[in-house]
Amino acid sequence: MTSKEVVRLEDVSAHYDGVPVLEGVNLSIYQDDFLGIIGPNGGGKTTLLKVILGLVEPGRGRVSVFGDTPEKGRKYIGYVSQYSLFDRDFPASVWDVVMMGRLGKTGPFRKYSKQDSDATLRALEAMEILDHRDQQIGKLSGGQQQRAFIARALVTEPQLLLLDEPTASVDTPLQTDFYELLERLKQRMAIVLVSHDISTISIYVDKIACLNRELYYHSSKELAAEDLEAAYRCPVEMIAHGVPHRVLKEH
Amino acid sequence: MLEALQYEFMRNALIAGLLAAVTCGIIGCYVIVKRMVFISGGVSHASFGGIGLGYFLGITPIVGALFFTIASALGMGLVTRRAKITEDTAIGILWAMGMAVGIIFIGLTPGYPPDLMSYLFGDILIVPPSDIIMMLILAVIIILVVVLLYKEFLALSFDEEFATVVGLPVERLYFLLLILIAFTVVVLIRVVGIILVIALLTIPAATARRFTHDLKKMMLLSILFGGFFTSAGLWLSFELDLASGATIILVSGVTFLASLFLSRLRLMTGVGRG
Ligand SMILES: Nc1ncnc2c1ncn2[C@@H]1O[C@H](COP(=O)(O)OP(=O)(O)OP(=O)(O)O)[C@@H](O)[C@H]1O
Ligand SMILES: [Mg+2]
Repeated sequence: MTSKEVVRLEDVSAHYDGVPVLEGVNLSIYQDDFLGIIGPNGGGKTTLLKVILGLVEPGRGRVSVFGDTPEKGRKYIGYVSQYSLFDRDFPASVWDVVMMGRLGKTGPFRKYSKQDSDATLRALEAMEILDHRDQQIGKLSGGQQQRAFIARALVTEPQLLLLDEPTASVDTPLQTDFYELLERLKQRMAIVLVSHDISTISIYVDKIACLNRELYYHSSKELAAEDLEAAYRCPVEMIAHGVPHRVLKEH
Repeated sequence: MLEALQYEFMRNALIAGLLAAVTCGIIGCYVIVKRMVFISGGVSHASFGGIGLGYFLGITPIVGALFFTIASALGMGLVTRRAKITEDTAIGILWAMGMAVGIIFIGLTPGYPPDLMSYLFGDILIVPPSDIIMMLILAVIIILVVVLLYKEFLALSFDEEFATVVGLPVERLYFLLLILIAFTVVVLIRVVGIILVIALLTIPAATARRFTHDLKKMMLLSILFGGFFTSAGLWLSFELDLASGATIILVSGVTFLASLFLSRLRLMTGVGRG
């Protein structure tokens, strides 16, 4: 591989209160990867992202992020979590929230700079919520909030973007725009996209992995039918009608 | 009010009330938006252990309270973050233990502590100048820290997970916030007493939140409300010869309920028109 490796997981296992959630996961993510991760509910996708971010301590195995520990390497990661559990009454505007993405760049004891507000402006524009900048975050619709959180991840100017079902409640026109934005962003950063929408993501991603406690991944966009069946524990026809043939490997 | 101000104790009381308003206005906002009401209640009640320790050691009880309150705030923070028990259970236990420690120490101290009631229920009219100086120092520290770390505390309150990912030392910031809460509790003890501290920590901020969705404005508004509550309460208690701490709390509570009622009214007439 000529491309730089940004994340490396070796034989990683993780569990919550003794219940295994990830087992023997090996994964390398490279600088120019656009990786889609699919898998059933409870398969461990969110947990995998949190292991990379150092939010969940793996029970076994080694995790390296930008050649360092997750705690040190995560400053290069932009993260959009699956759920945001914040107080709907929280006194912060969309602008305030997106600006939080700049915290790592500005450092403590000082005010946000012109650069910070420029980056925020651009991200709000890209996610088409500039009109709502002064609105209270909790008073936006779910989809608008999600746009704000994507914008917040973008202003960190990450080298790796981890997206946990980022478009689950974003409307179709913006979804298309958003995937096109990702197409452009992938020139500059690695992207990992968790989604249930196999047919849509298979159009955009370059590689695809399937996770159900174990990771089925061959560094390619092809998944063997056996892998999918093993992961979802059901016949492949039931996983998605017409899993595109470009994803399913020929026998 | 003006004629009352010719007395030194009244001037001191007013200053103490305004210092209380500034600290609870600022820190109360974090207590409300980060949902730390219960832990703040625990910290303020546990401070009774420090009052008892102060009597026992023969030092000024409020100094004992300062150190004991910081320690119990950090203790509660540690237990709720690290131990595998539910947060409110841990707080409930430490809350009661702090008070028990206070009762034991007071029991061990010969004689009956003369101004015990003023620590429990507050007596703004007898705040000595030395306590005012300490309150002033604590208030200045609180203001400085919040000004310097405003955006960090905002992110911490909004979304700890994201704040962690973006590189903030979330746990240290949380403990710092707990220390600031401990400082505020100590400032407020003199004004409304241990048992009523939680009311002054929450009511001004909760009232302010009804009028704005900007944290800075919420803080300023909350300071104004706090200033009004303490000075109006002080004046009423002086005129009617009522307990000052309780009067301040009742003024606050009644204002808060009135603001609820008013916005209900506005909502109803608004719906009627629409
Ligand atoms: N904080 C937690 N404490 C205990 N168990 C958890 C916790 N978070 C997740 N789990 C368990 O770990 C398993 C994997 O969860 P995870 O959220 O990683 O799945 P997922 O693949 O993201 O699912 P989904 O598609 O529903 O988002 C689930 O069985 C869940 O019950
Ligand atoms: Mg998930």
